[in-house]
Amino acid sequence: MLSKKLIATRDGFGDEIVELGKENKDIYVVDVDIGKSCKTGKFAHELPQQHVNVGIAEQNGAGVAAGLATCGKIPFVVTYAVFGSLRMGEQIRQEICYPNLNVKIACSHGGLTPANDGASHQGIEDMGVLRSIPNMRVVMPADYYAARALVREAAKIYGPVYLRFTRDAIPVIYDENQKFEIGKAVTLRDGKDAAIIANGDTVRLGIEAAEFLATQGINVRLLDMHTVKPLDVEAVQKCIDECNGRIVVVEDHNIMNGLGSAVCEVVAEAGRGQVKRIGIQDQFGQSAPYESLLAMNGITVKNIVESVKALIK
Amino acid sequence: MKDISVQQLKEHAKELRKTALTMIYEAQSGHPGGAFSSAEITAALYYGEMKIDPKNPKWADRDRFILSKGHACPIQYAALGLLGYFDEHYLHELRKEGSILQGHPDMKKCPGIDISTGSLGQGLSCGVGMALAGKRDGKDYRVFVIIGDGELDEGEIWEAIMAGNAWKLDNLVIFLDNNGLQLDGTTDQVIPHLDVCKKLEAFGYEVYDIDGNDMQQVVDTLNKINASTSGKPKFVNARTVKGKGVSYMENQLAWHGMAPNKEQYEQAMQELERGF
Ligand SMILES: Cc1ncc(C[n+]2csc(CCOP(=O)(O)OP(=O)(O)O)c2C)c(N)n1
Ligand SMILES: [Mg+2]
Repeated sequence: MLSKKLIATRDGFGDEIVELGKENKDIYVVDVDIGKSCKTGKFAHELPQQHVNVGIAEQNGAGVAAGLATCGKIPFVVTYAVFGSLRMGEQIRQEICYPNLNVKIACSHGGLTPANDGASHQGIEDMGVLRSIPNMRVVMPADYYAARALVREAAKIYGPVYLRFTRDAIPVIYDENQKFEIGKAVTLRDGKDAAIIANGDTVRLGIEAAEFLATQGINVRLLDMHTVKPLDVEAVQKCIDECNGRIVVVEDHNIMNGLGSAVCEVVAEAGRGQVKRIGIQDQFGQSAPYESLLAMNGITVKNIVESVKALIK
Repeated sequence: MKDISVQQLKEHAKELRKTALTMIYEAQSGHPGGAFSSAEITAALYYGEMKIDPKNPKWADRDRFILSKGHACPIQYAALGLLGYFDEHYLHELRKEGSILQGHPDMKKCPGIDISTGSLGQGLSCGVGMALAGKRDGKDYRVFVIIGDGELDEGEIWEAIMAGNAWKLDNLVIFLDNNGLQLDGTTDQVIPHLDVCKKLEAFGYEVYDIDGNDMQQVVDTLNKINASTSGKPKFVNARTVKGKGVSYMENQLAWHGMAPNKEQYEQAMQELERGF
């Protein structure tokens, strides 16, 4: 059962980055005038020597971070997904990924979660863009604790990492003892009839779908594929081999170039298995309740259940 | 300017604020601070200055209005709704599912929006493009763009400003809603802009420095701009107060992007009615 406790994963980032900053003086936060919204207020207040705010100047922020990284700092540039992928996209490519610098891009407002703000603020293509840049890793945690743990993991490894968080609150799935490793899926449930692979705020939908299917005698494997790149290829291959190659992928991201596409790449090259992608239907969002926006794109428990059944038939 | 008194324009600004506040209250979401600081400019342009036809929002010869700081859109939506660009009932649908009044202006959904905005720093470039097209086509429309002082941080703003000078776009009027606050702090705390008037003069603009919440000064400035023969693009440093008109919102960072509760809403409506 899903916990009733709801917290946005941006809060997980905000809490963890303060801890990290206290432990390591090289951890920096580069804000772009949305620190309040991205939860870096505490960091800015408690660790002013490790904090800088470049104003509403994302491109400058990415470049400043690159410069800091060449001097041994580990900067987290903190913004919204749409700006952290596209507005600073070329700076990320040229000045961060190409020289493989140790910069992390930490973004709130992933997918449809800034529901009220409308399409301009909903980053739906960010992970697809960033996963095509060499050296970049792309991660979306599924809940508050996953966010905390994966932020810590991102700080530990060298090189660029893109972290994507939710603006809106989502259920807590894990507890603080859950271990995470970038590039390794978490198996939330085992089963052999089919597999559901989800990430970020859709993992909770996968849990509900899997629980419902179990009541009907269908046992699915559920993977939290928090890392879109480097993808846990082995885990996908196991789904092909052990779950009859039936895979439903769920994501709060455009249907193109995200997790669904990444899984399809593995399945296609394996030459076995079948994938159903559930995600944003290559259309812009709008201002609406978050759950309605998901429903408009078929990102629902019902659709996951039906898709699994359709594959099994 | 059209034949309309400063007093009448003030009344319109009051109506715009009240309408915008009601929208934000009903949506329980939105940005009142930056909407209120630009109420006088918006009212003066829509009711006094611009050559527009609410029944024909795509009229090719119309003056253009660009809210580059798109988050302040309830103030523009209020003007569009009250002027009849769309039915007034839409004014109760801010940020609602399927609404023409999106969280940030959407030109495909809402009549009267000349360009979609919301990501800061981009609207001004679009305004430069419109002004350039006007010149190339020999049309006499003007392009009015409202930008935020936090928005000045964006490099693209300065790229657009330089293009406006390069192409001698004397049909371009930039209003800087200089309310001194952005999202994380005052502009002085985040990225100080120093003397924007001197900067814009150096960038080749005809510059005006006014109290942007004083309707008389806004009107006088528009009249001067109309009479100008300098051939330069225009820049108005409108010194304003964020949240202007509601005591507990004025100059308060917290009211950048927050909706009032019932009690706060009622108090604000009373204060707005009373005027300043
Ligand atoms: C590119 C971009 N970065 C960040 C934001 C988030 N944001 C919305 S409003 C705002 C502050 C704007 O300050 P200012 O331009 O001074 O506007 P005003 O004070 O009039 O509200 C920020 C950072 C955005 N909309 N676009
Ligand atoms: Mg401001």
